[in-house]
Amino acid sequence: MRRIWFFLLGLLLGLNTLVWAKEPYRIGAIFSVTGPTSFIGDPEKKTLEMLVEEINRAGGINGHPVEAIIYDTQGEETLAVQKFMRLVMQDRVLAIIGPSRTGTSLAVAPLAERYRVPLISCAAGIKIVEPVKPYVFKVAQSDRLAVKKIYQYLKAKGLTKVALLTVSNGFGQSGREELKRLAPRYGIEIVADELFGPKDTDMKPQLIRIRRTGAQVVICWGTNPGPAIVARNMRELGMPQKLIMSHGVASKRFIELAGKAAEGIILPAGKLIVAHELPDNDPQKPLLLSYIERYKARYGKEPSSFGGHAYDAFLLLKEALARAGADRAKIREALENIKGLKGIHGVFNMSPQDHNGLSEREAFVLVEIRGGNFHLLKD
Amino acid sequence: MENFLEFFFSGLVNGAIYALIALGFMIIYSATGVINFAQGEFVMLGAMFTAWLSGRGWPLPLVVGAALVGATLAGILTERLTIRPARTASPLILIIITIGVSILIKGLAMFTWGKDPLPVNPFLPSEPVHFLGATLSPQGLLVLVVSALAFLATESFFRFTLWGKAMRACAYNRFGARVLGINLSRLTCLAFGLSAALSGLAGIIISPLTFASYDMGTMLGLKGFSAAVFGGLGSATGALVGGFSLGILEALASGYISSAYKDAVAFLLLLIVLFLKPEGLFSPEKVEKL
Amino acid sequence: MKREYLKVSGLLALVLVLYFGLENEYLFNVFTMVGLQVLVVIGLSLLMGYAGQVSLGHAAFYGLGAYASGILSVKYGLSPLVGILLAQALTLTVAFLLGLPTLKLRGHYLALATLGLGVIAEVFFKETVGLTGGPSGLVGIPPLPWLPLSFKSYFLLVWLLVILFLLVGLHIIHSPWGRALLALHDSEVALRSLGYNIHRLKLGVFLFSASLAALAGSLYAHCVTFISPYSFTFLHSVKFVTMVVIGGIASLWGAVGGAVFLAVLPEILSRFEDYEVVIFGIILILVMIYCPEGLISGLERRLWRFAKS
Repeated sequence: MRRIWFFLLGLLLGLNTLVWAKEPYRIGAIFSVTGPTSFIGDPEKKTLEMLVEEINRAGGINGHPVEAIIYDTQGEETLAVQKFMRLVMQDRVLAIIGPSRTGTSLAVAPLAERYRVPLISCAAGIKIVEPVKPYVFKVAQSDRLAVKKIYQYLKAKGLTKVALLTVSNGFGQSGREELKRLAPRYGIEIVADELFGPKDTDMKPQLIRIRRTGAQVVICWGTNPGPAIVARNMRELGMPQKLIMSHGVASKRFIELAGKAAEGIILPAGKLIVAHELPDNDPQKPLLLSYIERYKARYGKEPSSFGGHAYDAFLLLKEALARAGADRAKIREALENIKGLKGIHGVFNMSPQDHNGLSEREAFVLVEIRGGNFHLLKD
Repeated sequence: MENFLEFFFSGLVNGAIYALIALGFMIIYSATGVINFAQGEFVMLGAMFTAWLSGRGWPLPLVVGAALVGATLAGILTERLTIRPARTASPLILIIITIGVSILIKGLAMFTWGKDPLPVNPFLPSEPVHFLGATLSPQGLLVLVVSALAFLATESFFRFTLWGKAMRACAYNRFGARVLGINLSRLTCLAFGLSAALSGLAGIIISPLTFASYDMGTMLGLKGFSAAVFGGLGSATGALVGGFSLGILEALASGYISSAYKDAVAFLLLLIVLFLKPEGLFSPEKVEKL
Repeated sequence: MKREYLKVSGLLALVLVLYFGLENEYLFNVFTMVGLQVLVVIGLSLLMGYAGQVSLGHAAFYGLGAYASGILSVKYGLSPLVGILLAQALTLTVAFLLGLPTLKLRGHYLALATLGLGVIAEVFFKETVGLTGGPSGLVGIPPLPWLPLSFKSYFLLVWLLVILFLLVGLHIIHSPWGRALLALHDSEVALRSLGYNIHRLKLGVFLFSASLAALAGSLYAHCVTFISPYSFTFLHSVKFVTMVVIGGIASLWGAVGGAVFLAVLPEILSRFEDYEVVIFGIILILVMIYCPEGLISGLERRLWRFAKS
């Protein structure tokens, strides 16, 4: 009888080692899952969890299972630093994905350098990778690229007088700075520069000010729900100006919120929201469609472009782990040399000079809201 | 003073919302001496119920009724479950309890309804009305009318009903009110219910303008609290004046001075009033100087 | 006072044991952040427990300290130590201007004034982009000179300061001055007849607490080397007040305990992920209902009762 038990035990252990012959690769992630920027961190977390499940079902990376430890920063720097330290010191992860916000990313970047841990930020701020820090990477497209896309469009249409209406948080600030900085290069005159708070309930005073400046175009830079209120307020005031938004509202939820007022709005966005309309020769199309399908099957709703950042970060890390194995310095080196990796938000070509690796051409497309949906704007 | 009317109207609508919330603060403060930090969450609940139920296709009157009942119940439950068990404690303790309640309600709402803002359709057709060269949205007018009615109802409750008078008595002297045989426990419960109902109403009527999200209550609560303080926390008129002043100041500040500094300008003016006229604009009590 | 010295020595010993015995930078980071909050709460506890005044804007003083010394060292190249001193001067000026008119009045006018200050400060942290870096924050704040670049060394510095100011606070409490302050709630007339200038006492305590908050803020800036407006909001002010109350209002040790409790609790609860906030709220409510005199003294009393029975 005893022998049988030993046999069974042995079998069990054997099975275990058969399935997972190798040490798991432990990676960390810090996202703003709750708090004011939870709309960024929540889809990132869900995407990462889905990808880790999938890869383990498929046999891991070179036979190594992947274990992801995800912590919530609530979008706050102090907590981001705390969770970063926990991942590095307690959990001893190989690399870290996140944080979600530019501010939290800038707060942990010096620590990634100090402790030599590869960090793949999901935030957009250009300051994260400029100047280049050896251990810090980012996957999100810089806001500058979105601004260029808008200005190219305006220039082509001969529109020159622009009013800015930006939200007073990190996202809005970064957009505002780039919009102001690049305007002269495209012959654009900024005739108004207004702000609104992330939780403001009425933007009419700002719009009334804009109305009397003779602006031809209003560019609103923000994340839900503010821009939806702006769209509705503009309609209430009967303002005829063209309204352009940022990629911050590139989700179905924006159209639901703004309702009829969303019609005709143009915005730069990652290809994800218009994946179905992309030409078939687009290198990212199959991946985009498959991401949408898998995410829908798992969570019952469409993924947002923020989730796509976590997807790209994981793809890069997976590739680096497959090449370098369990060694932080080698992972860093592998990350830096990834070329031609097709991700959700573009094709990544990393180099020691460029730790973002996205090209202008692929990062954004212009889309227009028509009939309650996003449509690719053909130039 | 170009566009003055338009700025003014825009401030008036926000001010009406602040006034309703301030009224809620004032009622609970009068009955218990507590600043209820969960006040903003009642606003959020009103908006959330509206968004949730109208999203499930309920007819509008039913949605509004249910949302109002829901917010009121939340207020009564808050009182029965958290304030009543600690009724002997000092107001400061009770204030911290309301902070706990606020965290709890916000957390539960995040769970139930998710982290994205929920859409709410306008209650009225959204073609703007033109008036003296200014444009006004029907929804904005609705906010003004409803809050005026709510204010009148509250004021007559305080003036003409026994419970209303009891509440006023309580605000002047809690101990004295008790000696006169006023049932403080029921009064407190009533105050929480009424206050939550008013704040819930604010949430309901503002939701088509601002949508509903689980974290909308904090900012609105803070604004309503400031308005209540501005008005002296002592009377319904005070809350009304405080709310409208804050709303209009904000709108004028962002219209004429700078949209970036509008909150700072509004609060700076609040501070100046506080320094010059510390009893608030409409407070029955006199402030004692040491 | 003798018993207090004993307790302080105990705390000192604990800090030293941790410093020499522990090699975990993560835990040192957590303890450093706790220590900074304890510093703020020591001052706030004196203000609330002994001057009977509530401040709803201590995060603004904390932020003022952080931004002033951060900006001075980033943009003007001053040594962080000079920056810290100038930050103190700035904070004290602001606190003085705010406290002078409001503390003359009976009632909670200071709470209202500090609430306004908090909102205004937040706007300035966000909008003066050229100075503060705006919402995306101030990058590249230099660490303190002569201090090894690790959380371990900041842990020691911060907790030694905690002990120092705890001693200062305890001395205030046990001085005639402190007893006078404690009596404030009961009879201001009596106090005045004893020859105390109540207004000046209150103002002094308020300035002390603002200065401590600013010191903690400056240290935070130089320890984390990055700051943004999101660390200094109204909600943070409320958190500081909660720490004081949960520890027991008129007890300095209680306040220290309350700060440690509220700072460490989320770290423990983080395993519950999204439920964290809900559980946190429930714990806060329950503690206040069942230990209204504060967690520390409440537990003490219950233990005593248990021991006697």
